[in-house]
Amino acid sequence: MTLVPRRILLAKPGLDGHDKGIRLVTKAIRDAGYEVIYLGLRQTPENIVRAAIDEDVDVIGLSILSGAHLSLTNRVMTLLKEQASEDRPHLIVGGTIPKEDIVKLERAGVSHVFPVGSNFTAIIEWLKGLEDGGDTFD
Amino acid sequence: MIHLTRDVDQRETASGLKVREHYDVEDLVDFEPKEALGKPGEYPFTRGVYKNMYRGRVWTMRQYAGFGTPAETNEYFKYLLEQGQTGLSVALDLPTQMGLDSDASLAQDEVGRVGVAIDSLADMEALFAGIPIDRISTNFTINGTAAIILAMYIVAAEKKGCSREQISGTVQNDMIKEFLSRNTFIFPIKESLQLAGDIIEYCATNYPRFNPISVSGYHIRELGANAIQEVALTLLAAITYVEEVKSRGIAVDDFAPRLSFQLGASTDFFEEVAKFRVARRLWARIMKERYQIKNPKGMKFRVFSGGNGISLTAREPLNNIIRGTLQCLIGVLGGAQAIHVPAYDEAFAIPTPQSARIALRTQQIIAEETGIPNTVDPLGGSYYLETLANDLEDAILALIDRIEKAGGLVKAIQQGTIQNEVLEQAYRAELQVQKGEKTIVGLNKYVSDTDEEETIPIFNVSPDILQHQLNSLEKVKAERHNAGVQRELQRLGSAALEGENVMPYIIDAVKQYATVGEIASALKSAWGEYLQQS
Repeated sequence: MTLVPRRILLAKPGLDGHDKGIRLVTKAIRDAGYEVIYLGLRQTPENIVRAAIDEDVDVIGLSILSGAHLSLTNRVMTLLKEQASEDRPHLIVGGTIPKEDIVKLERAGVSHVFPVGSNFTAIIEWLKGLEDGGDTFD
Repeated sequence: MIHLTRDVDQRETASGLKVREHYDVEDLVDFEPKEALGKPGEYPFTRGVYKNMYRGRVWTMRQYAGFGTPAETNEYFKYLLEQGQTGLSVALDLPTQMGLDSDASLAQDEVGRVGVAIDSLADMEALFAGIPIDRISTNFTINGTAAIILAMYIVAAEKKGCSREQISGTVQNDMIKEFLSRNTFIFPIKESLQLAGDIIEYCATNYPRFNPISVSGYHIRELGANAIQEVALTLLAAITYVEEVKSRGIAVDDFAPRLSFQLGASTDFFEEVAKFRVARRLWARIMKERYQIKNPKGMKFRVFSGGNGISLTAREPLNNIIRGTLQCLIGVLGGAQAIHVPAYDEAFAIPTPQSARIALRTQQIIAEETGIPNTVDPLGGSYYLETLANDLEDAILALIDRIEKAGGLVKAIQQGTIQNEVLEQAYRAELQVQKGEKTIVGLNKYVSDTDEEETIPIFNVSPDILQHQLNSLEKVKAERHNAGVQRELQRLGSAALEGENVMPYIIDAVKQYATVGEIASALKSAWGEYLQQS
């Protein structure tokens, strides 16, 4: 199935306050023509998943620079699997993520990880890739 | 005759100041060294806040550290001190910074992760067990809960037998930059500034060697501000705190000598060195001319230089050791009183013992192998540096003036205009990097297939920390006198409602082993919480 990402939800779970990255990414993706909802700081996994379902988004992006990315992402993923319908949104993650954890996140069902230093164009290209139907679930 | 090269080879500093091919004596014709520089240790302190600077005492090597339980960090502090580190800089975990105990539901993923977990006085006592805090100064990167952490440190130190005069160190306590960039705010802006003022006022009367605030441009720089914005916002923030305390009828001379600062050391070498000099000059003038203080100590911009984490790369991380070296040199040539060099693995995790040791060794090599500290302000008088300092000064003053005329810093923060201005600057800078217009070696130029990340060790936080911390918190709550805790929390709540200085009440609550979360909750009940618009 081809997914056309119209709406993207970005959020920072956990207590981490580093929001430069997510704010700049919000701006870059908006400039590229996507509709972005930025939920803000200190969102609980429950909040994020509820907002994603209510807003009917196609992609959820989490930004975590506190090192708590594995547990926080897993909690979002678990709730997403429980609560979202079959064509649940893609989950992507950015932040200070060591390489060994990128594999772990992908294994847990994360569609893509953008560690610090990732270019805006890489993120936008990846989103465009969804439109082309090049990336599907599982 | 028109030289073609004139238009082609235009260069500028990172903050956009023009840089010419060379500088000469003509550039400094209107320059009055006596007025603009003075002698080291003398007004306006451009050349340094002390007469003999590093000949008297080398800068304090203060590597930011902390993780896991207090006992683990205590062991690590002892290791750092054995390695020759000369001051401590405590990293606290996010729950502690946000006023949450380790057993709060929001805390469960974050306990002990980016810093050490502190729930009660028992944790503070464990953190400094066997460490001679009468002889070591300790810096706490703590803001929203600075009053609580300070109270715990004071009580722990006094229980170890320290006199008030022996307790030295710093709490960051700069709430303005939290609202601007670092985001560990708890209470609304007005009450946050009031609490910051309480700390300054309390220390001025009781703890003569403690710095009750470190006004920090560093984090605004980390958000992406340039050097001009960094210094202008730092000085405006400092002015805001001075006004807060002054409005209580306290003479500025009585607390100004204990105000301290933190600036970042970024990549544009000479602009960064010039920035430290200009910041000193401008602060001295503000204190002398605007506040007309008499004590020269209150005019000294004592500064901690922190290497900018955002200039480090995740690609080829070992290159960050060289970047850290240059940042350390900026701090030294800029005349900083204390320096932090970021560890090369900062883009991945908190430092390993190895990466932290290399950062410390970087400082020791510069201090003890190069001869650089042998004379004060070796770059003073350089045609380029002094011209750059003058240009920076003009730009900083213009920005301060613009913000003050538009209603001041607090208003600009409330309206979000300053945050947007800094983010716009950050976005432009980021695009320059991503388009390759600004070179970052190994990232957008000379990119190699060999990326050492796979071979460097990464720090892993032990998964048992949460359980350990929960156990010790439970033990504290079981052993303390709970009626006493409730009594002190109630007294604190009433004092907060009535606008009294809350420091003595927090200290009383801490002595009863009230927790960070309990004390923060008592204050939240009185003051409410700050909610950021997204």
